[in-house]
Amino acid sequence: MHVVIFTRSTPDTAAKVDVGANGAVGWGDAATVVNPWDEYALEEGIVQAKNAGGKATVVAIGPEFNNESLKHSLAMGVDDAVRVWDATLEGTDSLAFATAAAAAVKKMGDVDLVICGKESVDVGTDQHIYQTARKLGWTMLSYVSKILEVDYNAKTIKVERLLEQGKQVVTSKLPAVISVMKDINEPRYPSFIGIRKASKAVIPEWSLADLGVTLPASQAKVIKFMNLPPKNIQVEMLEGTPEEQAAKLVDRLLEEKVL
Amino acid sequence: MSAVYVWIETFNGKVLNSSWEALGAGKTVATALNVPLTALVFGENANAVAAEAGKNGADKVIVSEDATFNGFRLEPYAALLSKLVADNKPKAVLAIGTARGRELLAASAADTDSGLITEATSIEVQSDGAIKVTRPVYAGKIISEAVGNVAGTQFLTLRGRAFKPNAENAGATAEVTTVPAVLAEADIATKIESFEEEAGTVNLTDAAIIVSGGRAMANNPKDAPAGGDAAVWKAKDGFENTIQPLADVLGAAVGASRAAVDAGYISYAHQVGQTGKSVAPDLYIAAGISGAIQHQAGMRTSKVIVAINKDGEAPIFKLARYGLVGDLYKIIPALTAELKKRLGK
Ligand SMILES: Cc1cc2nc3c(=O)[nH]c(=O)nc-3n(C[C@H](O)[C@H](O)[C@H](O)COP(=O)(O)OP(=O)(O)OC[C@H]3O[C@@H](n4cnc5c(N)ncnc54)[C@H](O)[C@@H]3O)c2cc1C
Ligand SMILES: Nc1ncnc2c1ncn2[C@@H]1O[C@H](COP(=O)(O)O)[C@@H](O)[C@H]1O
Repeated sequence: MHVVIFTRSTPDTAAKVDVGANGAVGWGDAATVVNPWDEYALEEGIVQAKNAGGKATVVAIGPEFNNESLKHSLAMGVDDAVRVWDATLEGTDSLAFATAAAAAVKKMGDVDLVICGKESVDVGTDQHIYQTARKLGWTMLSYVSKILEVDYNAKTIKVERLLEQGKQVVTSKLPAVISVMKDINEPRYPSFIGIRKASKAVIPEWSLADLGVTLPASQAKVIKFMNLPPKNIQVEMLEGTPEEQAAKLVDRLLEEKVL
Repeated sequence: MSAVYVWIETFNGKVLNSSWEALGAGKTVATALNVPLTALVFGENANAVAAEAGKNGADKVIVSEDATFNGFRLEPYAALLSKLVADNKPKAVLAIGTARGRELLAASAADTDSGLITEATSIEVQSDGAIKVTRPVYAGKIISEAVGNVAGTQFLTLRGRAFKPNAENAGATAEVTTVPAVLAEADIATKIESFEEEAGTVNLTDAAIIVSGGRAMANNPKDAPAGGDAAVWKAKDGFENTIQPLADVLGAAVGASRAAVDAGYISYAHQVGQTGKSVAPDLYIAAGISGAIQHQAGMRTSKVIVAINKDGEAPIFKLARYGLVGDLYKIIPALTAELKKRLGK
């Protein structure tokens, strides 16, 4: 049994992100961290591999700074890490990334399950999971809040999904790509020994030539990033007893026509 | 003849109202490109929904009422959408970026090697026909401008409440075409075993008004019954008996900070912020929420923000139009009473 987890690095969510004079996006000296949603994916991958006596591999598509998340993943207890990168991926769209991601999974050959986080908190392209699944031609099960049953020999899986209107239970076939919600588990902290081991790990980098894949032409491109227009709001403090505050607020809200 | 496609999302045969916003955005694109606006309706009750789509501005509707579309599964939906795109090469495909909308458009864009831009908050058709989009990134901390490839089909998911529906025209009808499903039930690996609809579901992204509570909900002056976690009891009671009544008079949805969700005061479906929902209501009332950057990320584009906090220095006041310093457990009941009086409820 072999499970692959996809992760990427993002600036810490508390970081102040802005666009510099040169048009580049920066986040000062804030740290880059594992995309918060991916912690649940990593935990689930580790647990699945352990329960089935299999192996968990973590993959990031991206330049070198992604090694930090990969090392964090190894420190948590993932068995292997791979980073996929190629200069030709720079500035391409999610279609290209997903094509590379699917090729990496195919290269491993024996993968039963791919686990992704719910979404990327930074660029929020929202496409990686679905597009990777389609490029693999595998079943896609998003928003999984519980893996109820999984049989890696019979190649079946039963999960609970958290949808906008309620909870759905579905069965499907492996291999599959799933994305997981935070209800699925409590991600572990890396152990001290894990961190020591991970810091020494050399993470292999696979190029597109290694993957034997050519990218589809990019179909969407980012023109530029912009800072938010300055918000010229002057807060008006409404004072008095709670009743007076409430009456003043209702006056204002009626004037604003938002009720 | 080419077209602009808009996927109309339905649930149990009923239209998700925000789909009409997508049809509104679709009209702008179709008009600029001078092609018909075609609504796509799959699943139960599709023909009735098609008639509604006609009233809401669609020139044409493609319907498929096959039973495999009941309850959303990606496989049958993506197979049909991808076939329609491959066969007819529409200029663009639009949908509201709900969980299903995102998933369906991403899958179909991958199937057809098309470009996809997600979470658009504004769109502009350039003179060459390429669609230029602005979208918030880094959790709304900055904005990105992106453009699709005019030679292909441009897929776009739209942020809810960012686009206006077309004015309804009760007399308008659309030309309806029926197509068969692409996959038979036997070709679909995923089987729905059960669905448990959540009572009183929250649709935060559609709400015009949101009232949110934070960690401070636990500072409820009521006494918790002995045994059990007092803070959780107090906060739950506060959401039910203090926040909810205000939401009820306002016709508002109830939101929450992550601190409140993590502490078990309310379910995750209510979380607003970077790792919750991004919302942009006309009115956002934050009660007992400090205004951490991750919370701001999800609500800062709200039109009018009201902050109720006992700490006059809380960061939320930097974002608010109106600030009320004080105890939410005193101010909110007063506000609810005042609104009842003034709105005659
Ligand atoms: C990776 C990551 C992702 C995150 N994502 C999110 C997210 O999506 N959404 C989110 O909200 N947070 C998120 N956070 C958490 C965020 O950093 C804050 O911890 C959280 O928003 C704080 O919630 P709060 O404002 O309810 O609590 P607090 O910061 O504790 O604020 C409580 C406030 O209530 C006030 N108060 C106390 N008693 C009363 C009273 N009786 N009446 C009135 N006011 C009172 C206090 O003055 C205080 O300002 C995230 C954090 C991380 C690290
Ligand atoms: N560049 C990437 N490398 C590896 N995994 C990724 C990458 N981008 C996205 N993912 C995975 O896909 C999930 C959803 O991302 P997205 O589709 O970008 O919102 C993330 O939580 C990750 O698990």
